[in-house]
Amino acid sequence: MANPNGIGASVRRREDQRFLTGRGNYTDDFKRLNMTHAVHVRSPYAHARILGIDASGALAMPGVVAVLTGADMEADKVGSLPCGWQIHSKDGSPMKEPPHYPLARDRVRYVGDAVAVVIAETREQARDAAEAVVVDYEELPAAATSTRAIDGSAPLVHDDAPGNVCYDWHLGDKAAVDAAFAQATHVATIDLVNQRLVPNAMEPRAALGEYDPSNGEYTLTTTSQNPHVTRLLMGAFVLGIPEHKLRVVAPDVGGGFGSKIFHYGEEAVVTWAARKVGRPVKWTADRSESFLTDAHGRDHVSHAEMAMDADGNFLALRVSTLANLGAYLSTFAPSIPTYLYATLLAGQYKTPAIYAEVKAVFTHTAPVDAYRGAGRPEACYLIERLVDVAAGVVGLDKTEIRRRNFVPAEAMPYQTPVALQYDTGDFAKNLDIALPLVDYDGFRQRRADSRARGKLRGIGFATYIEACGIAPSNVAGALGARAGLYECAEVRFHPTGSVTVFTGAHSHGQGHETTFAQIVAERFGIPIENVEIVHGDTNKIPFGMGTYGSRSLAVGGSALVKAMDKVERKAKKIAAHMLEAAETDIEVKDGRFTVAGTDKSLGIGDIALQAYVPHNFPLDELEPGLDEQAFYDPKNFTYPNGCHVCEVEIDPDTGVTTIVNFAAVDDFGRVINPLIVEGQVHGGLVQGIGQALFENCVYDEESGQLVTGSYMDYCMPRADDVPSFTVRYHEDQPCTHNPLGVKGCGEAGTIGAAAAVINAVVDALSDYGVTHMDMPATPEKVWRVIREATPAMAAE
Amino acid sequence: MYAFTYQRPKSLADAAAAIQAEEAKLLGGGQTLLPTLKQRLAQPSDLIDLGGIAELKGIREADGGLEIGAFARHAEVAHSDLVKRVIPALASLAEGIGDRQVRNMGTLGGSIANADPSADYPSAVVALKAAVTTDRRTIAGDDFFTGMFETALEPGEIIKSVRFARPDKAAYAKFRNPASRYAIVGVFVARFGGEVRVAVTGAAGSVFRAEAFESALAADFRADALNGLSVEADGLNADIHASAEYRAHLVTVMAKRAVAAAG
Ligand SMILES: Cc1cc2nc3c(=O)[nH]c(=O)nc-3n(C[C@H](O)[C@H](O)[C@H](O)COP(=O)(O)OP(=O)(O)OC[C@H]3O[C@@H](n4cnc5c(N)ncnc54)[C@H](O)[C@@H]3O)c2cc1C
Repeated sequence: MANPNGIGASVRRREDQRFLTGRGNYTDDFKRLNMTHAVHVRSPYAHARILGIDASGALAMPGVVAVLTGADMEADKVGSLPCGWQIHSKDGSPMKEPPHYPLARDRVRYVGDAVAVVIAETREQARDAAEAVVVDYEELPAAATSTRAIDGSAPLVHDDAPGNVCYDWHLGDKAAVDAAFAQATHVATIDLVNQRLVPNAMEPRAALGEYDPSNGEYTLTTTSQNPHVTRLLMGAFVLGIPEHKLRVVAPDVGGGFGSKIFHYGEEAVVTWAARKVGRPVKWTADRSESFLTDAHGRDHVSHAEMAMDADGNFLALRVSTLANLGAYLSTFAPSIPTYLYATLLAGQYKTPAIYAEVKAVFTHTAPVDAYRGAGRPEACYLIERLVDVAAGVVGLDKTEIRRRNFVPAEAMPYQTPVALQYDTGDFAKNLDIALPLVDYDGFRQRRADSRARGKLRGIGFATYIEACGIAPSNVAGALGARAGLYECAEVRFHPTGSVTVFTGAHSHGQGHETTFAQIVAERFGIPIENVEIVHGDTNKIPFGMGTYGSRSLAVGGSALVKAMDKVERKAKKIAAHMLEAAETDIEVKDGRFTVAGTDKSLGIGDIALQAYVPHNFPLDELEPGLDEQAFYDPKNFTYPNGCHVCEVEIDPDTGVTTIVNFAAVDDFGRVINPLIVEGQVHGGLVQGIGQALFENCVYDEESGQLVTGSYMDYCMPRADDVPSFTVRYHEDQPCTHNPLGVKGCGEAGTIGAAAAVINAVVDALSDYGVTHMDMPATPEKVWRVIREATPAMAAE
Repeated sequence: MYAFTYQRPKSLADAAAAIQAEEAKLLGGGQTLLPTLKQRLAQPSDLIDLGGIAELKGIREADGGLEIGAFARHAEVAHSDLVKRVIPALASLAEGIGDRQVRNMGTLGGSIANADPSADYPSAVVALKAAVTTDRRTIAGDDFFTGMFETALEPGEIIKSVRFARPDKAAYAKFRNPASRYAIVGVFVARFGGEVRVAVTGAAGSVFRAEAFESALAADFRADALNGLSVEADGLNADIHASAEYRAHLVTVMAKRAVAAAG
């Protein structure tokens, strides 16, 4: 009988009970005896020299325990925050990797850069005193955008990065691309900006540091997507604390979207300060700090060209991108505009030759790193916009040009010209499912109806493919990752048959406590209530690389399967012993162990009990216990793919765009929990729509001040901004190289949606000669193109 | 927030006495004041919460129009059957303020005292020939708003209620800021017999009347009567959400929509 809570069941998220009743345990909820509160003194300038810091007034204020600065950290030999990925430039030279100290030493490089920390009895006292710390700054000119940073006259962010260039990298076969362009009948070109975004996790970052002088152990409780990585980076590189003396706990975390992958300075500050002041130290960002200091996302300026033959077959793609990395290198920053971006530029198409150049630069802005999709939305947006332009150049329907160039399902596995090998995917099928969902045939009529009402209607397509399940360690290593990216799981049966799973993946909204438990319940035929998923604590979990890049299930779930395999093998041995049969005669199904051809059988619960209370195990062959651990290193990336279609209506009087329909067809391989998958898709779509229509992180060009530093100016998408989505998936193309056949679904919505929306907006405006509009397509921008085009139209 | 002393007087007289303290501030629904305090942009010595004063509450019919207490929450005005019957446009204006949480807390008095250039109520105060009654006097709606975040109120003067005249026809059309949901442009159109008032908020430093629109509509109360009319972009607000030119354009669009909605 199928397990009602097994694989494929839409089990409601078990964790939601505690979240919805206010019983989640978030970092800021933790209170310790004698706990103090930290508030950071942050730079009000984008670029300034620190001439001096006078903390005497602050120190005299009520409740103040300490004021610590970069000089104190330097005296204690605290190191720089390390970068986890090294990129080499075209000329073979390594990227520029200037130091990034948790507290700035002599210069500040963005508004919000931490200069000192005030520790006090209460948070308000710490805030009061932070205002009283007098920092003597000599303000310097700033470069707030990537284009300014490389204009030749810009101030340097780091003296040892000439021209503000971190690296100048490329991928692909330039000669082949140049040759193909020389042969091309048609060339489509586009210049576009993928604007900077603020991640906006609902829970702001927080960190609580503790030090126990009796045994020299430190504990950091933090809002992290990967506590083991934080332990490794902070322990080994920043504070010099060995792993056995450093515990990192990432309890309930309220959203990350990538921004909580990275090791941040505040984590090191509270851990270090806890020992210095001899008391626990807690820091919780307020929303303004989140805007200023969470690692931002995207921020590309690109030029792209597609060479085609007379029939619109893609011959070659050439891309040049300027990527803004911000003031310092965040943990994974260098990999995002390179190996998570340029390697995806084939998209779903069999473009035979691709060449991409990426120049990554420092600016006087917050660091930029992975944000939901991380490089892949930038790639998808660029390709899918360019393909629409190409359709116009060749005169093909937008679905037809895609079909003509899709990598056919029969060509799988398919080696792209940009390093990746797709394992599976049926792109035409995704499109075939999508078209009737949006009644594509009826679109012309709907467009005419809109026009009759004085409105403009457009439809936009985006097909995407992403590389998830990050990452095969050998590949990652060859591409510059300083660590392999496997995952770990431990499956511990308890004597009475319940199970605790320890996973190195981390859930901060993804629902692992449900999905992972379904996999275990299914495998062993036990009720889901008997399975507990533990994550986020380096003292409990052997190791882990954490959650990002839609990797939890593909990599962490595969590790779980591997550990379950081991448990089953061991259980089989125990069963053979208990049933006095040969191990080879034991058949296993849904957690029942049966001697073949007999009715002699045992459940996993009976075996677990015997495993822990044995009297007569043959000790040479069989150890007591039923607790197994596995590390799983993926053989390849996984390749979720899909087709998103958006239909919009524009009010030409105001320029307001309304999304009237949105359909997403996705191939995530095998789906464990359709309800959770659908939720992930919905959230992802809204995030992509947010980028397309609303969100924009703006720094003032001159001063480098963050202009959009609150929700009054930074526009988040809301429920009433989006339609009811039509979401479909198919399971015909399971991943071929992991045991669950899963591909990952966390980022897909965000990757496809932005391109689909902008393609629809541009389509709606096509009568006005519009071929591109940069995001976000705000009402004023749309109104302007209509207004500027209208006299020309009238003249026609 | 900096520390302050919290007071909750029971009468207008007590509040008037309490507000005399140096650096004291009146607290309405707190939707503007509390974020300001949380960001440490103000440091009052005392907060005088007006929520306990019966004289500031309630919605009544008066002189054929409405008298609304300064402490009426936006949600109360939005949902009041009386308001919906007498001046439905006012109820729908209140329903469009911010979000549900803001409407459940924010008050009429707080909104007009604050005189945010992009607040909604100022347009109704001007278009509906309101009279603002304070603990000291009555101020004509036309004289109440004196500039960006500036009113005719004297230091420590407490708004008690606002009287709105009942129009024959009226409607409010708002183009909201997608981020904050305040008005980028809001236009309140009201017709009283042969007189038409068109009050514009959001577009400039303070609410203003679009006189050319008013006379065109007085002659012909149809949206088309505004064809070809526009306000000068010069001097209008400009920010990352909307340029002055766009705002000027929206004033005409919203005015037409208001007229169409007023019927
Ligand atoms: C997210 C958000 C969205 C919003 N969107 C909108 C919107 O779309 N449209 C809109 O119009 N507004 C909007 N607002 C503002 C909201 O309407 C506020 O409620 C209003 O501006 C202030 O009213 P309050 O009662 O909250 O006053 P408070 O914040 O308590 O006080 C504001 C000021 O008024 C003074 N004050 C209060 N009551 C009196 C009184 N009786 N007499 C004299 N002075 C007094 C206070 O001393 C203070 O200076 C929004 C606010 C937020 C937070």
